[in-house]
Amino acid sequence: MSTPKPRLTDGTLAAATDSTRALTAPGTSFRPHARPGRTKRRVTATILHVVLLLAGLAMVYPFVWMLVTAFKGLPQLLNQPLSFWPNPWQPQNFIDAWNDAPFGQAYANSIYIAILVVIGTLITASMAGYAFARIKFRGSRVMFVMFLATQMIPMQVTLIPFYLLMAKFGWVDSHLSLIVPAALANPFAVFLMRQFVLSLPKELEEAALVDGAGRWRVFWSIVLPNLRPGLGALAIIVALGTWNNFLLPLVMLNSQNLFTVPLLLQSFQGQFGSINYGLIMAASAVATIPMLVAFVIGQRQILNSMAASGLGGR
Amino acid sequence: MTGSSVGIADAAMTGVPAPGAPRAEAAWRRRDRRWGYVFVAPQMIGMGVFVLVPFIAALVLAFAQWDGLTPLSWVGFDNFKTELTDPLFGRALVNTMLIAVVTVPIGLGLAVIVAVALERLKTRTLYLALFFAPVITSSIAVAMIWQQLFRTDGIISRTIAAAFHVPAPDWLADPHLALIAVCIVTIWSSLGLNVVIFLAGLQNISPSVIEAARIDGAGAVALFFRIRLPLLSPVIFFSSIIAFISSLQTFDIVFVLVANAGPDNATRTIVYHIYDLGFGKTQFGVASAASILLLILTLVITAIQFGFQKRFVHYEEGAA
Repeated sequence: MSTPKPRLTDGTLAAATDSTRALTAPGTSFRPHARPGRTKRRVTATILHVVLLLAGLAMVYPFVWMLVTAFKGLPQLLNQPLSFWPNPWQPQNFIDAWNDAPFGQAYANSIYIAILVVIGTLITASMAGYAFARIKFRGSRVMFVMFLATQMIPMQVTLIPFYLLMAKFGWVDSHLSLIVPAALANPFAVFLMRQFVLSLPKELEEAALVDGAGRWRVFWSIVLPNLRPGLGALAIIVALGTWNNFLLPLVMLNSQNLFTVPLLLQSFQGQFGSINYGLIMAASAVATIPMLVAFVIGQRQILNSMAASGLGGR
Repeated sequence: MTGSSVGIADAAMTGVPAPGAPRAEAAWRRRDRRWGYVFVAPQMIGMGVFVLVPFIAALVLAFAQWDGLTPLSWVGFDNFKTELTDPLFGRALVNTMLIAVVTVPIGLGLAVIVAVALERLKTRTLYLALFFAPVITSSIAVAMIWQQLFRTDGIISRTIAAAFHVPAPDWLADPHLALIAVCIVTIWSSLGLNVVIFLAGLQNISPSVIEAARIDGAGAVALFFRIRLPLLSPVIFFSSIIAFISSLQTFDIVFVLVANAGPDNATRTIVYHIYDLGFGKTQFGVASAASILLLILTLVITAIQFGFQKRFVHYEEGAA
């Protein structure tokens, strides 16, 4: 779902990763020494803080609203004009949402699908990326160009034949249709891993190859450990993309016990309409809050991975 | 790695043989080549089975009529003719293009402003978190939250009604407003991603360039338009391609926010159209034709953007 980066020369990505490492570190931005107008700068900074804080609050307002609305009871929701804060605060919507739809099951499904897709992608993409970067074999250039070309085909274009193929495989209404193709066909991941391998010094492997280690041994015990930052970035991107994927689970899955979190959320809404939207917001909160918490914990890694890849998980 | 770069090895060892041992080296190379194929095999097979085969099937199906049950019949270019004259497809095409043309420039413009502002601050972790939170959230939850925010008794409509003394607008029931609502949600949910990418790009600009311009007397405005923006242009260009392609694929938001691309197909997009034809009406042939048209549109727009690149994208000399 992406195009090759323009003028991306070998090793560029490593440079990008290094510079983005400082992304969230405070005090790392360039400040020329002793420029005049210290007070003026301080005023500018204060104004920027105020404006950005207001804009930032506007960005998260929908989440705050979701949360407070989830605590409102039906009597309050039907009451006009509506107050912002719940009165009284009541957790009933959360209890109802959790009981009315198998959110626990959906979480388990989403987590294990994401883990399998991530592990599969990391292994296959780093293998292919390593081969394209370091091993000389006939047709490798042609294959690599083919990889880049297939990146131009959006998944939506092949959706219908893909569905028919999955039906042939007997993978409709099975998690296999979400796991196997995702783990085995990710040209972007191959491209990303190739860039990371190219940024490693060749000398690392050369000594081992001279000493008689085979390619697999070199890959497994020398290349992979050194690829750790790249693998981490790829894992985050792939996990997020898999977790938030909607169209494919929508098309592939029919049984509710197989649903992923977004799919269950959507079906929950379809089931309960929009009258008790406190309930809908509680369901949305159940589906979003764990992700937001995970984001706050891993914020630095996530932001750096996104910046390094240049396009995130779409 | 080339054999000549490894001079010290002994041919008797199992590793890379010395260049002086042609036969052993040839044997090693043969074995190594095999490893190359083994390493790319999983992804190559995956690409072949899960992308190329469906892609070829889409090309073939586009010229056939098939509902999955009755035998397939060839119809030549009829599916394309059907789609190109179908008012629903026309509507989907126009809506999709409108979403792309509105959300990409506004979204990227806002992201540049926020990124430049953030770069000037020493502490920005909190702001990054605030702007990035929607990116992490599933588009379905995003659409469900905004669906409620756009209610006539919601804060947006009530504020507008109070400010302009008009009846509270019903965003998701009004065909024009519904498309605007889709654009607003799209911009909101992708803003943080572009901010993060642009901020990284800004931090990649070498401080010496900024310093040099400053010594030459450049003010903040000149620094922005003459230095930062041109040097950021490759990143902006790349992001614009990604943003354009992904807005051509708008589906989740129109599926949930306005419930099945309503009102009255006012927010029908091409991907929704494909989904509807394929899985709603089981017209696999026509749906495939629509898919191919989407691919052509994607390729044409990307090509146009690459054409623009020559005029507006500036690459820093010697920079990666």
